[in-house]
Amino acid sequence: MSETRTSGGLVGWIDDRFPMTKMWREHVSEYYAPKNFNFWYYFGSLALLTLVIQVVTGIFLTMNYVPSDARAFQSVEYIMRDVQWGWLIRYIHTTGASAFFIVVYLHMFRALLYGSHQKPRELLWLFGCLIFLALMAEAFMGYMLPWGQMSYWGAQVIISLFGTIPYIGPDLAQWIRGDFVVSEITLNRFFALHVVAVPLVIIFLVVAHILALHEVGSNNPDGVDIKKNKDENGVPKDGIPFHPYYTVKDLVGVGVYFILFSVIVFYLPEFFGMFIEAPNFEKANPQVTPDHIAPVWYFAAFYAMLRGVPDAFGGVVVMGTAVLILFVLPWLDRGKVRSIRYRGLSYKVALTLFALSFVLLTYLGTQPPTTVYTMLARLGTVVYFGFFVFLFIYTAFGLEKTKPVPERVTS
Amino acid sequence: MRKILLMLTLVVLPAVGWTAGGGGDRLDPEVDPHDKASLQRGAKLFANYCMACHEAELIRYNRIANDLGLDEDLVEQYLMFKPDTQIHDPMTNAMTEADAEQWFGVPVPDLSLTARRHGPGYIYTFLNRFYVDEESPTGYNNTVIEGTAMPHVLETLQGRQKPVYEEGHEDEAPVDFEVEEGTGSMSQAEYRAATRDITNFLDYVAEPVKAQRQNLGVWVLLFFAVFTVLAYFLKKEFWKDVH
Repeated sequence: MSETRTSGGLVGWIDDRFPMTKMWREHVSEYYAPKNFNFWYYFGSLALLTLVIQVVTGIFLTMNYVPSDARAFQSVEYIMRDVQWGWLIRYIHTTGASAFFIVVYLHMFRALLYGSHQKPRELLWLFGCLIFLALMAEAFMGYMLPWGQMSYWGAQVIISLFGTIPYIGPDLAQWIRGDFVVSEITLNRFFALHVVAVPLVIIFLVVAHILALHEVGSNNPDGVDIKKNKDENGVPKDGIPFHPYYTVKDLVGVGVYFILFSVIVFYLPEFFGMFIEAPNFEKANPQVTPDHIAPVWYFAAFYAMLRGVPDAFGGVVVMGTAVLILFVLPWLDRGKVRSIRYRGLSYKVALTLFALSFVLLTYLGTQPPTTVYTMLARLGTVVYFGFFVFLFIYTAFGLEKTKPVPERVTS
Repeated sequence: MRKILLMLTLVVLPAVGWTAGGGGDRLDPEVDPHDKASLQRGAKLFANYCMACHEAELIRYNRIANDLGLDEDLVEQYLMFKPDTQIHDPMTNAMTEADAEQWFGVPVPDLSLTARRHGPGYIYTFLNRFYVDEESPTGYNNTVIEGTAMPHVLETLQGRQKPVYEEGHEDEAPVDFEVEEGTGSMSQAEYRAATRDITNFLDYVAEPVKAQRQNLGVWVLLFFAVFTVLAYFLKKEFWKDVH
């Protein structure tokens, strides 16, 4: 124990009883990260920051929100009008929800760019996928709480999807709702799950995600393993301590992020009806269905895939598979090279098409379906899944012609 | 840096494009939450012409007094008509839902959030697009809500507005409107200004904090701009020895 003791006083006293200094060194001041991180490497810390923002604003919203059929909608407006700074807290929370998905989507795309899902980071990637799944559940349940028309009917549509599962479907959907239709009972359980259960799961998974990252070390835009080149002290030659180098660098990212975030909170809180949908300014009414039920933008890509399939259950399967296929990505991608900088041309083309198909599907999912749009959604779905099929064939059968990877990271 | 800007544009642009559409032939009232004179006039018109039937139950009288820079005495005198109403009460009227059902056949909607639900253009266009229709029980129809149960309560201000049809297409939607000379107390420009004031007021009612958040936003952005610049130089200083 005494060898970890670095100082006397309170810190020394704590260090004898708890690995405070040890943890600080392992995970912050002596965690060596590659020195060549670029733009794409801001989104990990920004995702963590957004989680904190959501938890803190969420706690304050919970103090004034009432999860009941009679008062949920009004209590949200009460927060917007009569609670001191309630409007600011709520707008930060609504903006934070969308910002979370923007940041997480870019964070995931970064992994595809630089092969961060490949060996030895499979488990890190899996924890990330589980966080994504939990985040989707969290966002879906949270969207129901304002108890507006879109909250209600969005929940009605999504829960009814479970009803399409053969044999157990209808009973399962009813079990989830706790009622024959979405009602106050559903609202109450979603409230409990949204404010307690799922956030706990997310926080646990985030800790696991970071521990896994620090066990294997960070990847980088060159996909080079920096641990192969160490100096006499065992420190990677291309590594720099996370603190202070990346803490100050991330601070710049945080500044830019907060500027964009504030523009939305203070000037575009509904963000053209995408972050807060207009029908949600009308109280939930089980008797009246809105003309066009659209999910919030961050689910729209998956919703477009669902609608593109003529068979309801088939659509659910396609939609579920679109999320679950991410989990097996490390085993589909057998590439010898991590970074897109040194991968074959076909990978670059395929990844571009994959990203474009996701953007296209996101757009289509927010629009009313037309014949042309449905055809486009099917095309987008084929391209989305095509990426994974292509990636497996391309890499498993040695078709990829890679460029030589440098020994050390490039600047 | 250029790459980053390009990427940001790519992320933000499609978002702006894909919901900007819709609205059709809506008139734009150009709402302005900072125009307090307009909001005051709008509040008075709303209390006098709309509140006999409509309510705005999510806004309190003293909130209006405070936000619009009005004395509470003035608010009591010019905006509060229901007996036994306190200054901290919300804007409700004496009409019951049963009355509404009997008189109009439909419940009268609360207007607290209409401007956010349908957009201010919806309200403004609705108020400007009543037209004479002899077959309607109220004598008026409306292009925004076809066959609306609402009578044209602003008729004395606007006058009798008649539809102009394209020749040979009398059974289709009117292409223009004409107000009968001398039937209203306001000129067309005055009427537009008055309905804009009502719309502006209802837009304020839908989000009372709008002006405040826009004013505050400037300072917050300024703060983060300075923060980012300082962070940037701090980063540069620390990274000097990284090669």
